[in-house]
Amino acid sequence: MSSTEGKMVTSRSELELDHPNIEDYLPSGSSINEPRGKLRLRDLLDISPTLTEAAGAIVDDSFTRCFKSNPPEPWNWNIYLFPLWCCGVVVRYCLLFPLRCITLAFGWFIFLSTFIPVHSLLKGQDRLRKKIERVLVEMICSFFVASWTGVVRYHGPRPSIRPKQVYVANHTSMIDFIVLEQMTAFAVIMQKHPGWVGLLQSTILESVGCIWFNRSEAKDREIVARKLRNHVQGTDNNPLLIFPEGTCVNNNYTVMFKKGAFELDCTVCPIAIKYNKIFVDAFWNSRKQSFTMHLLQLMTSWAVVCEVWYLEPQTIRPGETAIEFAERVRDMISHRAGLKKVPWDGYLKYSRPSSKHSERKQQSFAESILARLEDK
Amino acid sequence: MGNTSSMLTQYDTEEVQSHCQDLCENFPPRNLSVSSVMCLIRYSQQEILSLYQRFCQLDRNAKGFISSDEFLSVPEFSMNPLSLRLLKMVDGLNFKDFVAFLSAFSAKASLKQKVKLIFQVYDSDCNGKVSFKDVMEVLRDLSGSFMSDEQREQVLSQVLNEAAYTCDSFLTLEDFIKVFGSCKPEMDVEIPVD
Repeated sequence: MSSTEGKMVTSRSELELDHPNIEDYLPSGSSINEPRGKLRLRDLLDISPTLTEAAGAIVDDSFTRCFKSNPPEPWNWNIYLFPLWCCGVVVRYCLLFPLRCITLAFGWFIFLSTFIPVHSLLKGQDRLRKKIERVLVEMICSFFVASWTGVVRYHGPRPSIRPKQVYVANHTSMIDFIVLEQMTAFAVIMQKHPGWVGLLQSTILESVGCIWFNRSEAKDREIVARKLRNHVQGTDNNPLLIFPEGTCVNNNYTVMFKKGAFELDCTVCPIAIKYNKIFVDAFWNSRKQSFTMHLLQLMTSWAVVCEVWYLEPQTIRPGETAIEFAERVRDMISHRAGLKKVPWDGYLKYSRPSSKHSERKQQSFAESILARLEDK
Repeated sequence: MGNTSSMLTQYDTEEVQSHCQDLCENFPPRNLSVSSVMCLIRYSQQEILSLYQRFCQLDRNAKGFISSDEFLSVPEFSMNPLSLRLLKMVDGLNFKDFVAFLSAFSAKASLKQKVKLIFQVYDSDCNGKVSFKDVMEVLRDLSGSFMSDEQREQVLSQVLNEAAYTCDSFLTLEDFIKVFGSCKPEMDVEIPVD
């Protein structure tokens, strides 16, 4: 994917949202390789390249692979290992799970009994209140991580509060946020969820400065973009964390990054997160499980092991577009966390691709036929 | 094989393989339903297992068939200009017929099998004949708004006349096989086996 091709297309795609030239990435069979020469009936009737592409997509496609859960291999498959596994189940459900619930409940108790007074009493002294709230949010996140026996290793310099910087990370599950929040109180931009998660979002996370959006509302984009810009400019706001993939991916691949985070005119600090599937697969397959079930699954497994790398801050290079910048950062994150890149927009999980892509194919077919018609 | 577990036994794979071969042997000339025209080859056991995993992955609520919506959720398929035509052929197929459909794309399939599939795509009303109008419709799907109807008619009439057909003639499967000659269309899709 040469940089010249990217430049040629981005002027058109800047007008539209984040749809760079996907044709560049699709397998080379996608262009209809026509031998030069007179147009014959066979050439017109031979639709095999198009059919092959369609059948290839039915048999295997890189987009669906990104959202496939890959649980760890079962090891309890013979007569000696099975009783061992049963003991393990008993320990996990009857010993660890209750202990973890108690720890979590204890943590919530401390948190609420400190947060609510601080929030209401220190209304006047904003700086002190914010500082205390930050510490409290970090604390409750540590309790959450402890409730899954999270073993998290952080590499690289810890984030600091500075204006004009934004953090971006790859997204596997909502627990990404908790794992990162444990170390630094980030303000995050998230999809507004229903239920108890939504309640937490509107009360506690509001205090750290989180921003909400609604995937299904198109006009929302501009409002959110404005809120983002305002947040980054402020000196006293918590560092902003954005998941540019826009959706949870299974931690083996990365989908295209949305350019919104990269056109805020500030430094972008990439964070790479990689979960070790040894005890549990941390991918939240939102189609298959609710978040509550996902948390319960984590709380009844042995441990959640992950690595977090804080990578070197990047700024946009002169002459580089936002999309190229996003791809460069995605490269860094994928390389560090050992993830494969795919050229799809994560939102295709919720909507169909625009007709622009099939139109491009139609255009190249029409042009080749007409050109060969000229060849007499 | 209609249960929800994604485990195929050896019996199941052999059943699918023989289903494929039966269709090949008992091809009744008048019956032009999708599965009977798709004459098949013997897929290896591994390939059938991979296809089954893929089938289960696409069929989200284990209904036993894949709905149109689920096919269209694969963006690469959705973007294909012929996706709606193919959708009519694959919508609602059970696993055996799904494998039967895909077998035309195997490297081991014969010229006749591949040309038959192409014929089926053109012959949307399944009457065994492809008219000028049928080819025009497929051309329209492939070229969209980038060619006018007049240009399409012109191109088609020209190549038909050169091949000694007229605009009123109907093409049958034999005609298609004759047009393609001895050169197999390049229609091979490899089944990933991991």
